[in-house]
Amino acid sequence: MHKANVPMAWRRFKSKYNLVGTKCTKCNSSFYPPRLICPKCRREGKIEEFEFKGTGKIVSYTIIRSGPDGFEKQTPYPIAIVELDEGARVTGQIVDYEDSDLAIGKKVAPVFRKVYESGKEGIIHYGIKFKPEN
Amino acid sequence: MEKTGIVGYGAYVPKLRIKAETIADVWGQDAGRIINGLGITEKAVPNKDEDTTTIAVQIGKNALLRAGINPKDIGAVYVGSESHPYAVKPTSTIVAEALGVGTDYTAADTEFACKAGSAAIQMVMGLAGSKMIKFGLAIGADTAQGAPGDPLEYSAAAGGAGFIVGKDKKQFIATLNDTFSYSTDTPDFWRRPKADYPSHGGRFTGGPAYVRHVAGATNGLMDKTGTTVKDYDYVVFHMPNGKFPLAMAKKLDVPKEKLMPGFVVDKIGNTYSGCSLLGLAATLDCAKPGDKILVTSYGSGAGSDSFSITVNDLIDKKRNLAPTTEDYIKDKQYITYPTYAKYRGKIV
Repeated sequence: MHKANVPMAWRRFKSKYNLVGTKCTKCNSSFYPPRLICPKCRREGKIEEFEFKGTGKIVSYTIIRSGPDGFEKQTPYPIAIVELDEGARVTGQIVDYEDSDLAIGKKVAPVFRKVYESGKEGIIHYGIKFKPEN
Repeated sequence: MEKTGIVGYGAYVPKLRIKAETIADVWGQDAGRIINGLGITEKAVPNKDEDTTTIAVQIGKNALLRAGINPKDIGAVYVGSESHPYAVKPTSTIVAEALGVGTDYTAADTEFACKAGSAAIQMVMGLAGSKMIKFGLAIGADTAQGAPGDPLEYSAAAGGAGFIVGKDKKQFIATLNDTFSYSTDTPDFWRRPKADYPSHGGRFTGGPAYVRHVAGATNGLMDKTGTTVKDYDYVVFHMPNGKFPLAMAKKLDVPKEKLMPGFVVDKIGNTYSGCSLLGLAATLDCAKPGDKILVTSYGSGAGSDSFSITVNDLIDKKRNLAPTTEDYIKDKQYITYPTYAKYRGKIV
């Protein structure tokens, strides 16, 4: 997980809090994190802001048992690559799961959660994680 | 002042639970006596990445699903809690940002022990009723603290509910007929700055605190509106434990069955600022058009807000647009005391 200072985090609130990415209206490809240029259509492409519903399915996952700075106390926690219904793939934590939910193809829905804290006195970083859908 | 009403409501309870007997085992207490004494069998615990903000965001999303309004039409966002994640920096602006409210809104965090959420409802009633705003969002949410070994550890829970209040009668799920408050300076429960856990006056939290204020506000509301207990189909009293609200019902001649739809404390504990609001949300989940609901919150310190509410036809179309309180209560996962202690920051 990329750790951000205050202005950098603030610039990304919109895309972090609600999976707001971009879409190329020429080829219909969607991107998260947001891209400013379509890699397929290049200068012919037309990029627009696009909000993903956040629902999708697990493409792959792993369990982090030795977390990086700021995540040590959260271990163990699963991280998954989730293919969103609209096409883009994002990496995020899986929460509120039973062990049987950790499976390729499992449907997930977005939840707003605390991602990490910048120490005891820094800001709290929030973002989207995923929970299994029944 | 125009009449205001609830146009959307949402609830949220975290998935994790700890059983009263699990806590009692750690402290060598008699679980049966605790469960019988407090009337709580288990309580909801926030996951390691949940706090008042994340709970309030989920509540807001559920309320918006039911309201079906453009979030940018919300002109006020108030979040009531006694566990705001920041001492300085509002929870309410994070919630509004996550809900897409935009920039043209007023916001503040409220704090009044367990009644910060009901106070927020009164604030948006005033703003919407006086046409200063179109819609206001009032949320009560908490991740309540209880010191290890303290009786509060059995009850202090996490969760909450919120209400979008508007002034267009055609959009009312339920009409907010009237409200009445009763407040005094009564130090029955408090937490000083930088203290991790609250202190309380033990038995003093009963008669002079809970009983006096809940009865004061409830009787005051009924006097003001010319109603009696018989006029209400459902009643919600703040639920600090499973005993106080039942004793209050007995004192005010409220039949127990009128309390039961909103009586959630035995299964999830006391969700503090979210408590009476969750009781109201659970009651709306099963109320019929035309039903009348009386809700009285209680916040230590101390005060009570009482509301008279009439359910409208729209409830049948709206209630299933978001998960119900019961959906959240049923979706649970038990944790051990060490896991609970770790997640609540009691050991690391």
